[in-house]
Amino acid sequence: MSFFMLLCSVLPLRAQEQAEEPSLDMEEYIFGHISDAYEWHLLTFKGKEVAIPLPCIVFNDGLQVFSSERLAHGAEYNGLRIAGRGEPHEGKIVRVSDGGRPFDISITKNVLGLMADSLILVVLILLCARWYRRHDALKEAPRGIAGLFEPLIVMIEQDVIKDAVGPEYRKYSPYLLTAFFFILINNLMGIVPFFPGGANITGNIAVTLVLALFTFAMVNIFGNKHYWKDILWPDVPIFLKAIPIMPIIEIVGMFTKPFSLMIRLFANMLAGHIMLLSTIALVFLTARMGPVLNGSLSFVSVLFGIFLDCLELLVAFIQAYVFTMLSSVFIGLAHQQPETH
Amino acid sequence: MSLITPDIGLLFWMVVIFGAVFFILAKWGFPVITRMVEKRSDYIRDSLAAAEKARLELDSFASEQQKILDRTRAEQGKILAEASRTREEILNRAKEEAAAESAKILQKTREEITAEKEAALSELRSEVSTLSVAVAEKILRKELQPDAEQLALMDRLADEASHAPLN
Repeated sequence: MSFFMLLCSVLPLRAQEQAEEPSLDMEEYIFGHISDAYEWHLLTFKGKEVAIPLPCIVFNDGLQVFSSERLAHGAEYNGLRIAGRGEPHEGKIVRVSDGGRPFDISITKNVLGLMADSLILVVLILLCARWYRRHDALKEAPRGIAGLFEPLIVMIEQDVIKDAVGPEYRKYSPYLLTAFFFILINNLMGIVPFFPGGANITGNIAVTLVLALFTFAMVNIFGNKHYWKDILWPDVPIFLKAIPIMPIIEIVGMFTKPFSLMIRLFANMLAGHIMLLSTIALVFLTARMGPVLNGSLSFVSVLFGIFLDCLELLVAFIQAYVFTMLSSVFIGLAHQQPETH
Repeated sequence: MSLITPDIGLLFWMVVIFGAVFFILAKWGFPVITRMVEKRSDYIRDSLAAAEKARLELDSFASEQQKILDRTRAEQGKILAEASRTREEILNRAKEEAAAESAKILQKTREEITAEKEAALSELRSEVSTLSVAVAEKILRKELQPDAEQLALMDRLADEASHAPLN
């Protein structure tokens, strides 16, 4: 992280040499970093972009698989191109003929990031599980990877899941633990500035939507009779049920709960990325204002960037924690017994 | 805006990837870990309970031991007292028996002595009477006829004479 900061503080030297070039395009800079892309842009070196091309998988008159290099810089390929700025599907593959979207399941930057982070997570957790398989946990204290993960797992399972879900927590703890660690690793990898980190994964609405849908499914598929009765025929005066005000509110509530989960994670992570990017942009924005102002503001920007990075580390954990806790609470609510009211 | 419209391709991949991660971790990852952790915490709880129980048992064992010791000591004292009493009794009885025996022997001896004395005396008396008769015969040879009345008189005289000074 600090390496990245150092790099940023060195960069103004180069930016000053290019003082004649137009100033930094903030919108493109920020949106370029937080949105999905068909290639993984690593850096711009001496005016040349260094990027990893990624495979495009598009169903448009049959399956087409090709490298994203073919569409770089507005090029057309097989009747497809990437929509430019201001167009309806900005930055996405569209048909040249009518500008519509084909069915597009390309391995984009976010998909690759997801794959890489998931692979890291799976390997870490399976290594941890292997330790428990190979050692007698009754005779040995966990070491290495198991020692790292065990406190976290125990904390989440005992303090969050068990307390919120109730006696049936064992059935749900694999999902909730997976959600927690999945969000945590993606959040953390999101603040790592170089490949394969840096993709804004948990700050993408599609990702948080799927996570929220999983929680929604967990809540509603395994909800008990009491839960459904509370939604469709709650214990309220009859006139609130005759015109079904309460059932409507309850049914809306069914959807607002996961919706809030989706928006909370998305907005928090996106905001964090934008704040961090804006702070770093200060270095480049002031590049044309002379060495004194640029230098001092770069210093401030680096300090503030370090602070924000630390804050983001905290937020990465807190958001994973909050998502898991609220999912647990929602699952717990769907398993309440009438006596506990 | 593209920021808040979920992209279908990413949705698809997210479902696939998250589903796969969930499947793998829920099958081979977390249950293994949580089961072991739970097993260990159970083990620790059981061990603590067992240790507590053992401690209590040890305590009760120690008190039991003390009780047994006390009882043994009391028993010992009782046995010792009993033994000394028995000894005393045996001694006393032996003494009494010895005393009785010696008294009996003395008594018998005394009786024997008395009987001997009686016999000796009667023998002496008859000797003396014979001697007196002989002496009297010698003295009164002429005037006294040795008839029966005179012999009886002599016997009485001798008896009186022998009794008077001896007793």
